[in-house]
Amino acid sequence: MSGYLIPWVWAIFIVGTAIGLYLGLVVAPIDYQQGVTVRIMYLHVPSAWMSMMIYGFMAIMGFIALVWRIRMMEVLVISSAPIGAAFTMIALITGSLWGRPMWGTFWVWDARLTSELVLLFLYFGVIALYKAYDEPRKAARAASLLSIVGAFNLPIIYFSVVWWNTLHQGSSFTGDGPGIHPSMLWPLLIMATTMKFFYGANLLSRARLTLLKQDHRKRWVQDLLSEESSK
Amino acid sequence: MSQQVASTAFMALLRRDFLLAYRRRAELLQPLAFLLVVTTLFPLGVGPSPQLLASIAPGVIWIAALLATVLSLDSLFRSDYEDGTLEQMVMSGQPLALIALARTVAHWLVAGLPIVLLSPLLAMWMNLPDEGMSILIETLIIGTPVLSLIGAIGGALTVSLKRGGQLLSLLVFPLYVPLLILATGAVNAAVVGLPYTAQLTWMFAGLIVALTLAPFATAAALKLSLS
Repeated sequence: MSGYLIPWVWAIFIVGTAIGLYLGLVVAPIDYQQGVTVRIMYLHVPSAWMSMMIYGFMAIMGFIALVWRIRMMEVLVISSAPIGAAFTMIALITGSLWGRPMWGTFWVWDARLTSELVLLFLYFGVIALYKAYDEPRKAARAASLLSIVGAFNLPIIYFSVVWWNTLHQGSSFTGDGPGIHPSMLWPLLIMATTMKFFYGANLLSRARLTLLKQDHRKRWVQDLLSEESSK
Repeated sequence: MSQQVASTAFMALLRRDFLLAYRRRAELLQPLAFLLVVTTLFPLGVGPSPQLLASIAPGVIWIAALLATVLSLDSLFRSDYEDGTLEQMVMSGQPLALIALARTVAHWLVAGLPIVLLSPLLAMWMNLPDEGMSILIETLIIGTPVLSLIGAIGGALTVSLKRGGQLLSLLVFPLYVPLLILATGAVNAAVVGLPYTAQLTWMFAGLIVALTLAPFATAAALKLSLS
């Protein structure tokens, strides 16, 4: 099933990204204050959204994995973690590249930056815990449990850090006020959607690989391999 | 009836942990010595200027407390895991969350409370103004149990690993962030004469949430480590 799906999801991602990047990097107007650097937003904002969404997904899937002991969910949790960590890193790196000309510094200990960094450490924790166990299923369950605990803490971390220090501009999607012009909104939304397809495609590919690796001695994998080689 | 059995089991576990701690007194002192040494390093590193030390004092003392707690967490379940006691506890039929809570309480009493008792000395070294002293102790009284409760989850997750120590710190430090911010915020507010009740009540709320939820997560992690 996922084998038929994967190429399509990848295709949607590539086409969507092409459109989104074209609209974002070429068509969308430059900001009168920020200049061209505003275009970083089309990568930065969707990545930051993804980094949080994937962690939420991991916690939900981890909960399902622990309660109903569904192996597929364990695999999905583990396959999500590196993707989420990568998005978090992209958000942090693009953010600091934007911050240098705009705020005059690569890094400040601001609320959103700090909580994103803490999120990155949470991802590292999940990955490191998974790698530390020898037995993959036990490792995946431990990682699931940790991601649930982390998800409980994430809002608390976020609010405590907001209260601590804030420089980052608030969200532009509050619903009232001037908001954001459609010519900038559309590429942003397209990029945000297309990145979800990237997550889906990458997740499915990774999960397949993890399953194959875990089961490489089992009958169905051996059958698949011999089928493949006899072709 | 079963409630009574459970509370007897809880007390028995506490008593056992105290006895064990008492018989290994030297081990007990290690985190405290660590706390003293780490705090001493700061004046040596950043310079002995009283104003500078006073301004970083709450943070330094809290971070030293975090490090000392994490250091002692690694052994929280380890010896019981290695000699099979932990399996017997799971088999005993008592709720595992209760066992986890008993161990956490014992850990706080032997590792967390001494930090609280030692903190006035550290505060004096770091030249913390008198206004901050009592509030520092209050934040430590509320905060160190949370350190033990959250840390126990990490300790239970890493107990079956051979080298869990460094991994443990990676797992629990991000979770300690809110506590650190609130505690040092409260002390700093008290030093400059601002109200600090909000931070304290938030910390207290955190303590209650951790007290009610963390033992269950620890129990789940223990079960997982033993499977």
